[in-house]
Amino acid sequence: MRANTWAGRNKVEVRDVPDPRILNSRDAIVRITSTAICGSDLHLVDGYVPTMQDGDVLGHEFMGEVIEVGPGVARDRLSVGDRVVVPFPIACGACAACAAELYSCCENTNPNAGIAEKMFGHPVAGIFGYSHLTGGYAGGQAQYARVPFADVNPLRIESDLTDEQVLFLSDILPTGYMGAEMCDIQPTDVVAVWGAGPVGQFAMDSARVLGAARVIAIDKEPYRLRMAEQAGHTPVNFEEVDVRSALLELTGGRGPDKCIDAVGMEATHGSAHIAAYDRLKQAVRSETDRPHALRQAITSCRSGGVVSVIGVYGGLLDKFPAGAWMNRSLTLRTGQCHVQRYMKPLLARIERGEIDPTRIITHTLPLDEADRGFEIFKNKEEDCEKVVLKP
Amino acid sequence: MDLTATTTIRKPAPEVYAFWRDLENLPTFMAHLDQVRTTGATTSHWSASAPFGKDLEWDAEIVDETPTEKIQWRSTGEAAVPNSGTVRFVPAPDGVSTEVHVALVYDLPGGAVGKAVAKYFGEEPHQLLDDDLRRLKQVLETGEVVRSDGAPWGKRAREEFPQRPAQPLSDAEVEKGAEA
Repeated sequence: MRANTWAGRNKVEVRDVPDPRILNSRDAIVRITSTAICGSDLHLVDGYVPTMQDGDVLGHEFMGEVIEVGPGVARDRLSVGDRVVVPFPIACGACAACAAELYSCCENTNPNAGIAEKMFGHPVAGIFGYSHLTGGYAGGQAQYARVPFADVNPLRIESDLTDEQVLFLSDILPTGYMGAEMCDIQPTDVVAVWGAGPVGQFAMDSARVLGAARVIAIDKEPYRLRMAEQAGHTPVNFEEVDVRSALLELTGGRGPDKCIDAVGMEATHGSAHIAAYDRLKQAVRSETDRPHALRQAITSCRSGGVVSVIGVYGGLLDKFPAGAWMNRSLTLRTGQCHVQRYMKPLLARIERGEIDPTRIITHTLPLDEADRGFEIFKNKEEDCEKVVLKP
Repeated sequence: MDLTATTTIRKPAPEVYAFWRDLENLPTFMAHLDQVRTTGATTSHWSASAPFGKDLEWDAEIVDETPTEKIQWRSTGEAAVPNSGTVRFVPAPDGVSTEVHVALVYDLPGGAVGKAVAKYFGEEPHQLLDDDLRRLKQVLETGEVVRSDGAPWGKRAREEFPQRPAQPLSDAEVEKGAEA
């Protein structure tokens, strides 16, 4: 089959690789009809996540048709012919983490748990196409994928919604939603979201759906801010205005009640010397993450507010504003999304028309043009917000 | 060499104990073991391959046990690497799970066998036992050892690091892996 693979830092390559096969009895094989490029794929391709290997199949946002199921999958749970969306964290459904609906912390699905434990203190779940640190699972930017624990993970789509309407249930819609949910939003809340990429846009939409009084979008790309504005959110361009002043102005001096970091470890910064400081420390590996958005979210948030982190961090960061966090009674909440927890309720919201996930799609390309998709997404060319790939 | 490791398994102690007490189950999750054969009520015959040198075999006996709580064993006769172990099964505070506490002792001989064993365990010997217990947890909670494309052979995951790429296996690789 054809599959998009990691070919070294800053390089992806669509190659011919073997077709997947059943390795565990509860596996299924899915013929992929739609897949997407995620912002977190850029962290892998940019070389900020260790344990990538030449030839690793990328991609953790995908859906398609079940073409084979292992002997351990009960037919009432999944059958050949089912149309499914596959969540990016692989969950076993049986461990204590899964029992607590902490699916991205599943204790059984990462065969390289010992390696992950060294980096994170405790291991994390397996993830499709997302380094050997999260298990070494082939990803979904391909014609076919093996889906472990197929009786636990995939969401069956039984209505006639299009791929584009449901594909993002695999990751970015639940991720954005969890970012807003962790904020415990009240009707009086002003919610500020750092990053108007796909996850940020869905965090904004989710904050509104959950009843926020006002949602602010912080980014530097005019087209992304326009997209947020068209969806009813208030844009702040950090290259044009001072973010702190803008947020104070928009909140009567209080600061946003809830702040969401939808940027993560490769933040850009309006202030050149701070950006250079983090970039240099990252280059010499004395800091793995550039946490500018997180720092600004913490210092901007009103006292007693919540800072919710859904942007991806990989290791260690520097100049964490612990004083602001502690002295002003902030709550910091975070997590890789526990996608399985949100798929059904969010599917219902899509069916009811409360959220339109298709609004962020700017490009649809054949799988063979994945390298071009990565290029325009990374460099924000052609007003690229979200690339859907068709195998 | 003394090794200890512990894990918590979301199954009741009698079930975890029973799985371990059937010593023939040990090779399904313990990386260094090829086979354990029960030879009597408390006796068994163990074999290990590559890491302990070629075709290393020894007899063992259970010297103390308390059903659902504890099993203690040791090698007998002329074992090339005399060893002993204790596993305790303790109900976890959640009322559902079982804490498994394992302690192993290897009496490393001089010469090639001792060197091979020391090399196999490396600088952080407990990691191998940690991995063994992770697989025990996988087997008891999910039914089998979990495989990925990068680590397709289950219990050989760590020794294969850096791994093959995370892409599906070819027919040739599957054949080769099945033999190994």
